[in-house]
Amino acid sequence: MDMHLTLTVDGEEHSLDVDTRTTLLDTLREHLGVTSPKKGCDHGQCGSCTVLLDGRRHLTCLSLAVAHEGASVETASGLATDGLHPVQQAFLEHDGYQCGYCTPGQVCSAVGMLREATEGHPSHVTADLIGEVDLDDDEIRERMSGNLCRCGAYVGILDALRECASQ
Amino acid sequence: MTEQVARPVKIRTIGRRTDRADGVEKVTGRATYAVEHGVDDGVVDPLHLWLVQSTVAKGRVSAVRAEAALSHPGVVAVIDHTNAPRLHDTDNRELAILQDDRVGFRGQIVALVLAETLEAARQGAALVEVDQEVDPHEVELTEHNATYRPETVNPDMDTDTDEGDVDAAFAQADVVVDHTYRTPYEHNNPLEAHATTAWWESDGGDERLTMFDSTQGVHGVAQSLAPMLGLAPGQIRVRAPYVGGGFGSKGEAHAHVMAAVLAARTTEGRPVKLAVTRQQMFALTGYRTATISHIRLGASADGRLDAIEHIVQEQTSTIREFAEQTASPTRMMYAAPNRRTRHRLARLDVAVPSWMRAPGEMPGMFAQEVAMDELAVSCGVDPILLRELNEPDTDPETGLPFNNRRLVDCLRHGAERFGWAARNREPRATRDGEWWVGTGVASATYPANRMPGNAARVRSLGDGRYAVAIASVDIGTGARTVLSQIAADALDVEPSAIDLEVADTRLPAATVAGGSSGTSSWGTAIVAAAQRFRKDHGDSAEPGLETTATPADDPAEERLSFHSFGAVFAEARVNHWTGEIRVPRLFGVYSVGRVINPMTARSQFLGGLVMGLSAGLFEDSYRDPRLGHVVTQDLATYHVAAHADVLDVDAEWLEESDDTFTPMGSRGIGEIGIVGTAAAVANATFHATGTRVRSLPITVDDFSGADGI
Repeated sequence: MDMHLTLTVDGEEHSLDVDTRTTLLDTLREHLGVTSPKKGCDHGQCGSCTVLLDGRRHLTCLSLAVAHEGASVETASGLATDGLHPVQQAFLEHDGYQCGYCTPGQVCSAVGMLREATEGHPSHVTADLIGEVDLDDDEIRERMSGNLCRCGAYVGILDALRECASQ
Repeated sequence: MTEQVARPVKIRTIGRRTDRADGVEKVTGRATYAVEHGVDDGVVDPLHLWLVQSTVAKGRVSAVRAEAALSHPGVVAVIDHTNAPRLHDTDNRELAILQDDRVGFRGQIVALVLAETLEAARQGAALVEVDQEVDPHEVELTEHNATYRPETVNPDMDTDTDEGDVDAAFAQADVVVDHTYRTPYEHNNPLEAHATTAWWESDGGDERLTMFDSTQGVHGVAQSLAPMLGLAPGQIRVRAPYVGGGFGSKGEAHAHVMAAVLAARTTEGRPVKLAVTRQQMFALTGYRTATISHIRLGASADGRLDAIEHIVQEQTSTIREFAEQTASPTRMMYAAPNRRTRHRLARLDVAVPSWMRAPGEMPGMFAQEVAMDELAVSCGVDPILLRELNEPDTDPETGLPFNNRRLVDCLRHGAERFGWAARNREPRATRDGEWWVGTGVASATYPANRMPGNAARVRSLGDGRYAVAIASVDIGTGARTVLSQIAADALDVEPSAIDLEVADTRLPAATVAGGSSGTSSWGTAIVAAAQRFRKDHGDSAEPGLETTATPADDPAEERLSFHSFGAVFAEARVNHWTGEIRVPRLFGVYSVGRVINPMTARSQFLGGLVMGLSAGLFEDSYRDPRLGHVVTQDLATYHVAAHADVLDVDAEWLEESDDTFTPMGSRGIGEIGIVGTAAAVANATFHATGTRVRSLPITVDDFSGADGI
């Protein structure tokens, strides 16, 4: 069964009919030609499909498109509309990637993570649950652990995000 | 093809940090992988393919009932062994799918569903009913059934070796270490699933197959498919502009590639897209066999080895043989006059094992380097000194001199940087709160490989610019960047003056991005072509002038033994109450010839160390003993190291150049980071706790007890 859907993706409005079985990820990749979010596992286990959905990081493989009528999606490609985002620049500087497949998801996750920390959201390793978040190495590692990198670029990712967190 | 001796290049850009040529594409997600190409690349109105897999380990498909699937909206076709296009050659039973009714392992492809959408293809596949007749099968590797002696082991090494009188030496040895070490089934799990887009065109009777494939070698895919399809390799075009990792599993075409190609044969030119699911990858795209290593070391009381024995048991699949060369590093690593190695396989009705990063060296060096640690403990000798004592003068297997064997330099440099001297030699001697703390070391090695069959093309573009072309694939290694650096130095221009074209079978032939051979093989071809270009056309060539050349054979390769070496140091902390294991420090030092790009090289070493850590603590493809399939077939239950698992990991390398091996002075770096790493972690957990673990992965179960460990 098809349903009508409107989505804003990287600032561009789309109006389309989608199969109710279609995930947000497949809508982006197969119907809108937006392949910046990647499919690594299709089960919410690897983080490659992460986008910013209405400003928060989100696994698009775990959501049906029809549940997000009117939503605004920002991908790693959209983050670079006016030049690279500082997180992307830091990934380049610290070589926080190799094959590049998990990278757009890592970038979106990092942007969302930095925002969450600024807003005071605690993580599993936060000692003080109500104070300000100090994004030390353990915090960054914990908060980025939903994004797997099989090339093992974690050291570079940490270096990149430590730099971003201090700015 | 013009042959040219590649002479050492004048080093200018090589050795300098150079930004990745494809960095912006990758951090924005604009890089296009195998099933992400659109109309601009010729992928017009594609159909989607979904695989239907066998549910028995061995037997026959008696019926494929497709009615329900075909009546599902959007499903276009169901293809099985009764209606699949016929192949010209079916010797490779892994690739020759749907040619008969036989099932050789659980998870084998028994039908394909083509549909207008992914959703319809997936649901269609669920609606296909497959009737299977069950034959008796054998799926479990044991010490009793791994008795088959293969003719050779991967890639073409001796199955067994014998030197001296091993049994007599053990009878006389002061100290004997005699244990069995095990590594589990492991899956490569690149983050980009294996994926293929394929379409057929007919041009006046001349058939052409075009593909985007997630592969480590485009020419290899064309060459393996062509005879099976009755085509000449030139009729197949394969491109792989971006590949989301491989680690060996994309080194050869697996069955899904043939699935996409056969399905596309039926669509009258419409492209077919297939992305294997993560779950399907555990049956269809290769893995590392479990290994059982029986190791005996015989030594004098002070730790000098007199005998080394390494008997390996592992498995292969009945439908296609792959024999991992697990004992190969044991043959060249340490000096001992008496040596014996064996490989024996169980031939099982299971999925086909294949290459996974450092096949042979990774499981073999885990076994040997833990055994060496045990010998160090038995003899009361420092583990680093033990390795120095057993350093060979020449390659123990071939008798050839080593070209620049610097294992001891790696160990000593690493020891200094890691702070090894402060170590208390006693195990179970350091406690920090509820954590037992220890350190361990292991050696690493990997052969330097340079493949024949590479060529490159250099063309003048005018204004000092050059187009350089070779079909090599960058699977994340940094090859695009590094090859531009090599071309720049070989032509004596800046890297920005090089337009590098890669990853297309229309370009001069390149061998696989595997076996740490890529940069050595392709780079040497580029140097040969550049030097020939200068010879033919001078320093200021007119635009359009070009040269294609292949490197001439190098006689030095037969006079010397070329290997890279390394030393890995680990600190492990094991929780007294829970047995939880953390590795706060992991440090590798490598001797790999000249490093061409310190940024991408460091990432390669760190990536190898992380994968070795992951193998040490987490990875285990757990099999259902009834049917032999993997039950931990996703990234939740097959855990690979996540960010929080990776603490302080660092790597350094010795400044050196191996001009005898390649004109760049480099030797290859992709695999060595994973070698020895799990052993260093295991040795550190022994030092922390006094409990010796001889089986990977090392888990809490190995330590925990009711009253703490």
